[in-house]
Amino acid sequence: MSDYAKIPGYVSAKEEHGETTVVVDPAHIREACTYARDDLGFNMLVDLVATDYLGWAGKGVSGYIGTASGRDLNLPMTQGLQALPDVKPTRFSISYHLLALRQGAPRLRLQCWLEDGDSVESVVPVWPSADWLEREQYDLMGIDFTGHPNLARLLLDDDWEGHPLRKDYPIGGEPVRFSPAE
Amino acid sequence: MSTTLQRVGRPRRWPIVGDPIYEGSRIPSRVPTVMDVPPPLRETDDILQVNFGPNHPSTHGVLRLIVDLDGEEVVGLSAVVGYLHTGFEKNMEQKTWWKAITYPERIDYVGYQNNELVFVLAIEKLLAMQVPEKATWMRMLLCELNRIHSHLVFLGTSALELGAISMFWYCFRERETILDLFELVAGQRMHTRYFQTGGIAEDIPVGFFPEARKFVETMPKALDDYLTLLDRNKIWLERTQGVGLLSADDAIALGQSGPVLRASGVDWDLRRDQPYLAYDQVDFRVPVYTGGDVYDRYRVRMDEMAQSTRIVRQCLDRLERMEGEPWITDDRKVVLPPREELHTSMESLIHHFKIVTEGYRVPAGEVYVAIESPRGESGCYVVSDGGPRPWRVHFRPPSFHALQATATCSHGALIADLIAIVGSLDAVMGDTDR
Repeated sequence: MSDYAKIPGYVSAKEEHGETTVVVDPAHIREACTYARDDLGFNMLVDLVATDYLGWAGKGVSGYIGTASGRDLNLPMTQGLQALPDVKPTRFSISYHLLALRQGAPRLRLQCWLEDGDSVESVVPVWPSADWLEREQYDLMGIDFTGHPNLARLLLDDDWEGHPLRKDYPIGGEPVRFSPAE
Repeated sequence: MSTTLQRVGRPRRWPIVGDPIYEGSRIPSRVPTVMDVPPPLRETDDILQVNFGPNHPSTHGVLRLIVDLDGEEVVGLSAVVGYLHTGFEKNMEQKTWWKAITYPERIDYVGYQNNELVFVLAIEKLLAMQVPEKATWMRMLLCELNRIHSHLVFLGTSALELGAISMFWYCFRERETILDLFELVAGQRMHTRYFQTGGIAEDIPVGFFPEARKFVETMPKALDDYLTLLDRNKIWLERTQGVGLLSADDAIALGQSGPVLRASGVDWDLRRDQPYLAYDQVDFRVPVYTGGDVYDRYRVRMDEMAQSTRIVRQCLDRLERMEGEPWITDDRKVVLPPREELHTSMESLIHHFKIVTEGYRVPAGEVYVAIESPRGESGCYVVSDGGPRPWRVHFRPPSFHALQATATCSHGALIADLIAIVGSLDAVMGDTDR
């Protein structure tokens, strides 16, 4: 953990479910990634994923939470007591899942938080594998990666409107023709 | 190729356009997935641009390659994907956790059980759920059978594309046996949906073990058959050796995993290096080759089939001693109650109704789970807000990453080599496009 505080743009770190997440300032993401690659030895970018938290924690969720060992019936969110998940700082998160190809397979999740319309520096110069990953997140989530050599839509058509994985993208809106006369 | 004769039409080596990504890199341009035509060549009128795909039988689906040709030689290449994009990730956000399990199998429709496993493991990680041993070993057995199945499809189709038609029949003979085993277990040949949160959907049926034993006995002989047919076949060797080179550094920089990475000399297998299920309790070897060409990728997969057969045998030894043990965890808040209880127990009926109509809740949090699928690291990133539906699901598709290496592998290739290269990367387009 102490090593991670030296990551450029370090904001906070947490350990959950055995996974380490380090939140960094989006303005320093490229330096942070370079540091993680060269000084911490995370030589592979395995995944890059953006999440839209629009409407997150808008309403309480309740219901049965089951775990095999030690369910505590008095915990919030069990047996109908409503609870809200932790509030997120901004609308979008981008998670960079890093892997070090060495003993123990250490993994690290670098995360930065953005508002709609913010842009973040591309990490293609750090890991070439980010090329399609960033294009996919641009395509489906509308994240702008500055400095990407070829930021075009990847999976959808070039003239597609909107970014379908956003929470405010309408679903099921395609008109269906029931007869040739329509 | 040990011969000193040069192949007719062996291409001249064109310099990498612009600065290389790093010293010694063969990554072709600043856009890592695109190979640009060298400027002096671009001036001439001899460049022919060809659309390779999207509907070409050797692209294993709908992959489109835009290829610039100087004669027979590939001087420019870029891959276009997305023809099979169906919005799986968006769809899964609308389904309850329980119903969403059917989707991952259809993403990678050749390595389906491995993809199903990674999603189920992610849910179980968020729930902090313990799974009975019998379910763990059965999952492992089916995933290894599925790995053999996937490699057989690779071998059969890749050899077919390079002219060895008989390989296709031989490989699909064994594949058929595996599909019969899946049908026996789950009632479905493909997309079995046999893994449940907490274990497996049904107990192992009577008659499975003898049939699986038969398969384990015949598979090594079948592998010998394949080697006899292919490994001394002059055409196969000429078409695959020294073709589609990918160095270890480039493979890591391009995020490769699985057989493609191991054929480039990187000794890395998540089953051994980051054990999940019970892989730390079985004995197997990780095949590594250093050539980085199409031939070595084929050799890695051949060896893996032998190793997977060994793992299947060890799983059978274990499972046969687990007669009568539970196959799914006994947590009624997540797992459906046994069918027969519904007629006598009101509590069970309520639980059944609640789980089916509302779905179970998964505690808030985010996890990333990775397993070694037949194609490499198959990862699943899941965000839950504590509700009955996933907030965000994202799959890390190994095929997607493999195809990013197409341009690097195609340096100095001939158009006919492209068939071998795309085949050796073993991309499933459903997995790539989701």
